[in-house]
Amino acid sequence: MTMESIAMTRQMLDGDKMIVNMGPSHPTTHGTLRIVLELEGETITKATPEMGYLHRGVEKLAESLSYQQFIPLTDRLNYCSAIMNNVGYAMAVEKLLGIEIPERARALRVLLSELSRVADHIVCVGVNAVDIGAFTAFLYLFKQRESAYDLFELAAGQRLHTSFTRIGGLYRDVPESFVPKTEQFLVECSAAIDELERLLTHNPIWHDRTKGIGAISAEDAVNWGWTGPSLRAAGVPQDLRKAQPYMGYETYDFDIPIGTTGDVFDRYIVRVEEMRQSLRIIRQVLDRLEPGPVMIDDPKVALPPKEKVYTRMESLIHHFKLVMHGMEMPVGEVYSATEAANGELGFYIVSDGGKNPYRIRVRPPCLPIFSSFESQVKGGLIADAVAVLGAMNIIAGELDR
Amino acid sequence: MVIEHIDAQIPGAITDRHAFRGDQTIVIAKENLLAVVDLLYCEGFQLLVDITAVDWPERADRFDVVYHWLNLASQERLRVKVPVADGVAVPTLTGTYKTADWFEREVFDLFGIRFEGHPDLRRLLTWEDFPGHALRKDFPLDGGDAFCMEGCTAPYNNGSRG
Repeated sequence: MTMESIAMTRQMLDGDKMIVNMGPSHPTTHGTLRIVLELEGETITKATPEMGYLHRGVEKLAESLSYQQFIPLTDRLNYCSAIMNNVGYAMAVEKLLGIEIPERARALRVLLSELSRVADHIVCVGVNAVDIGAFTAFLYLFKQRESAYDLFELAAGQRLHTSFTRIGGLYRDVPESFVPKTEQFLVECSAAIDELERLLTHNPIWHDRTKGIGAISAEDAVNWGWTGPSLRAAGVPQDLRKAQPYMGYETYDFDIPIGTTGDVFDRYIVRVEEMRQSLRIIRQVLDRLEPGPVMIDDPKVALPPKEKVYTRMESLIHHFKLVMHGMEMPVGEVYSATEAANGELGFYIVSDGGKNPYRIRVRPPCLPIFSSFESQVKGGLIADAVAVLGAMNIIAGELDR
Repeated sequence: MVIEHIDAQIPGAITDRHAFRGDQTIVIAKENLLAVVDLLYCEGFQLLVDITAVDWPERADRFDVVYHWLNLASQERLRVKVPVADGVAVPTLTGTYKTADWFEREVFDLFGIRFEGHPDLRRLLTWEDFPGHALRKDFPLDGGDAFCMEGCTAPYNNGSRG
């Protein structure tokens, strides 16, 4: 068979269709995932997402780890905003235990959650822009992301995988220099967001590439199980911070931006405005931050301070009991949801009263959003698929778990 | 309350119910699932938040398929549990909720529970010829022989494959 006849046979079999692999390791696939696109010319006729390349089985691992030991695994879910995963998980276990954490711990959790929301939206907007060709916006934004990561490092000692929460509070209090550095960040980040808007919001090329792309109706978005900024861009004002307030969000003054069409442009606008609102919340937290403990005063939950372990019998016993036998967990099941950067991050925990959870289910916000990918890009151009994928903010670590 | 409403509309459908830490849970038989779901949809529970399962190997009905709903208007949450035996299929919800598609594929992948009427029931996270279903309690943590080279001992569970 000559090469020409092979080519002829292929063409007769496939017609004019062409199969293009996006991923698993293509820069715009944001982590490792693969989409098999069927094209007619530039038009997408079929898109089959393949996932699981980053499947580590965290839900399986959770069954052989104690409740505290699972915290570092939550970092690796949405690694762009690790603290929000830590907070979401810690809240679920605290709900199971039925305990309340100290006021300062709650305020710091809010502060760091909002910081990581800003960092996460920076990744989403910046990378979406660079995918479509707006490189400058990406560079301007990522400088602010670095500053946010410096703040995480100051607080938790880690930039990316923070593991900052503990069941019943926080790993440690923030250092003194944290507050002035955060204040400086608020000023600089606010200026950077203005700069970003000057670059993109009224940019005709940006409009051409994003307006009407990936548009979705509110009913469809709900039916697909969308949550978070993507759902709000479609016009549904659902934000758990307002709708089902937790950690004292009801006491902060902030707005929920919503869009109308749900297209890539609306999602961009919603995310930009959410960054501003997050900065507003951080400002309020800083204003009312009172000194106090950051860990619950309950020897059945919190590890005693090291110096007491070495000097006091009682503390030594508590330490031993907690490490060897774990916390005394009630038998039952809870579902606890928080508003993470991508949407509703839920933890469903089933406890049989043992040291380890019987089952932990992570409800990843981007899985339902990504499941609608084919309906979003079908009939569009291949370049639009890149824009839609970026605006969905798929984090493969969370998608595959 | 939606639970009373279900009880009134479909008498006997709710076989068990409990509230723990403010979470409302009802248990229904799989025969009643579609009727209950239709009712829930009409009541405003239009966001199907999650589908997952829990394995209880000692029970006759080995699995609990667990659904979480959210009512966007009233912000009410409801958990529905459907106990099924190993090898028994559960009716799919893809007709009412598009989001059920991938969630059901994931449950099928990790637990081996089939969903009757699902348009494309393939594995989602693991690959096609993956041996077994990873989240079943009898699936070893290290993956078992298929993932271990010869002579390799399991580092977990004191070396046993339990």
